[in-house]
Amino acid sequence: MSKHLIKGNIALCEGAITAGLSAYFGYPITPQNEVPAYMSNKMVKMGRVFIQAESELSAANMVMGAYATGKRAMTSSSSPGISLKQEAISYLAGMEVPGVIVNVQRGGPGLGNISGSQSDYFQATKGGGHGDYHTIVFAPNSAQEMYEMAYDSFDIAEKYRTPVMILSDGIIGQMMEPVEFNRQEKKEFEKKSWALDGCAGREPRSLQSLLMKDGALEQHNIDLQKKYEEIKKNEVKYDIYEAEDAEIIIVAYGISSRIAKNALKLARQQGIKAGMIRPKTLWPFPYEIINKHAGQGVKFLTVELSMGQMVEDVKLAVNGKSPVEFIGRAGGGVITVQAVLNKITELKK
Amino acid sequence: MEKILSRPKALKDNPLSYCPGCGHGIIHRLIAESIDELGIREKTIAVAPVGCAVFAYDYFNFDTTEAPHGRPPAVATGIKRTNPDKIVFTYQGDGDLAAIGTAETIHCANRGENITVIFVNNANYGMTGGQMAPTTLIGQVTETTPFGRDPLREGYPIKVSELLANLQGTKYIERVTVFNAPHIIKAKKAIKKAFQNQVEGKGYSFIEVISHCPVDWGKTPLESVKWVEDVFLKTFPLGVIKDETK
Repeated sequence: MSKHLIKGNIALCEGAITAGLSAYFGYPITPQNEVPAYMSNKMVKMGRVFIQAESELSAANMVMGAYATGKRAMTSSSSPGISLKQEAISYLAGMEVPGVIVNVQRGGPGLGNISGSQSDYFQATKGGGHGDYHTIVFAPNSAQEMYEMAYDSFDIAEKYRTPVMILSDGIIGQMMEPVEFNRQEKKEFEKKSWALDGCAGREPRSLQSLLMKDGALEQHNIDLQKKYEEIKKNEVKYDIYEAEDAEIIIVAYGISSRIAKNALKLARQQGIKAGMIRPKTLWPFPYEIINKHAGQGVKFLTVELSMGQMVEDVKLAVNGKSPVEFIGRAGGGVITVQAVLNKITELKK
Repeated sequence: MEKILSRPKALKDNPLSYCPGCGHGIIHRLIAESIDELGIREKTIAVAPVGCAVFAYDYFNFDTTEAPHGRPPAVATGIKRTNPDKIVFTYQGDGDLAAIGTAETIHCANRGENITVIFVNNANYGMTGGQMAPTTLIGQVTETTPFGRDPLREGYPIKVSELLANLQGTKYIERVTVFNAPHIIKAKKAIKKAFQNQVEGKGYSFIEVISHCPVDWGKTPLESVKWVEDVFLKTFPLGVIKDETK
């Protein structure tokens, strides 16, 4: 199969389009501008829906409208814009309407800057909006995975009737890499039992998160938690690299995992047995596999482009069986291979 | 005996939760009758607001979705663009449409979405106990304007219909009221036309319904009807504000 040299952001578009995306709703913000620009051309040429919305709020609510009728819809943004989308994400979770939301992360807090960062881990994995809910979070670490995860996220979102976030970053989004278009174009879509497609021949349907009857909302929350347990059981995804004999195991996702992998290869050359577990889903988080590798003198090192967010989940996973160290940079600072290698060497002592 | 009037098919046989004397029930019925008469019930998708009409899905007998406060125009856009064969309308109050959802309202109208918007203006936030709305009249006492709305402090009532009429994307805008039978008949005609326009692909239609809210206005139903006629309509005059559908 031939490969295409494209940016991660374009690969993401291609994955979503191949998955049968009906509608894309966007708003300009760096470093994800390639997405609305590409969609405004290709989606329109294909006779599909593209709207540049008046705000991030509106774009996310347009996704809600389209997906309420069962049509595949997506929005993308970067960190400050994703804060605005949290309203719709909470509603999607409560209404049990699927949706795909892409965050090409930049430095924060506030307006921050436009450099790639990984400082929205808490927001993405611990809720983000109001209420007891979880968003399924994919963490691509290459243009290829931007393509594949964009494609796969629609099936998962529909399977569980819940919003899915693709948590990318400005570096993965902007980086050009060869991408193999290895997914089949999706053309057939099964009829959805919940979609609002007109009440011809059936009782009217409603989609709502407002449940005022005595006990109804509590029961809804109990049902949602059951669904989240099911997701935790079925959908944890990770990559594991030379961890079997490792005395130092790095945990890193997205762009950090690319940097960390180079560092651990150099460490291996120096005779340090280093390995890596890379979460491909951040929620559900691969607690089990990390825990399995903890103990027996193994040390963990979490590498992130943040001040330390995922490290809290790594500590939960390790549960005191091993020391957990952290190295990271925030605000658009990129950690170097050398800095990670130095940390590995230091941990070896 | 011949039965000449019954519950519209587009209304469920559920008791309404609206306050005694409220105008929402009348407006719901006018929408339901219009939808029945146009034969579009089975392809209608409604977007309910946050506000008094938040329970619209309990009353309308067709597919209905919720939307966050102020976002119905965005949700409706998502529905209509991906389902151009469906009839899509939003039902929104003055807080939802003219305060928190101002951006969504204006841009949906400006894009000329082929949808119908039913805007219920009762000059206050009814659901939350009668706070000042963007359409609250000068001098009107509400829970959050205990001294009466003072333009120096609270600004002026927004005339959304006139505002939207300036946008090229809007095709039909009319302000009606429902406090007596002749006005109800006129309101019905306007609402039906707003749906008919959508069926014919004529574009964005907006019906502002001046409605009465006796409980939150602290008036009896009769006093509130009189207040609409004598006071409310002086600031919000009735009539066709724009019609480019001919």
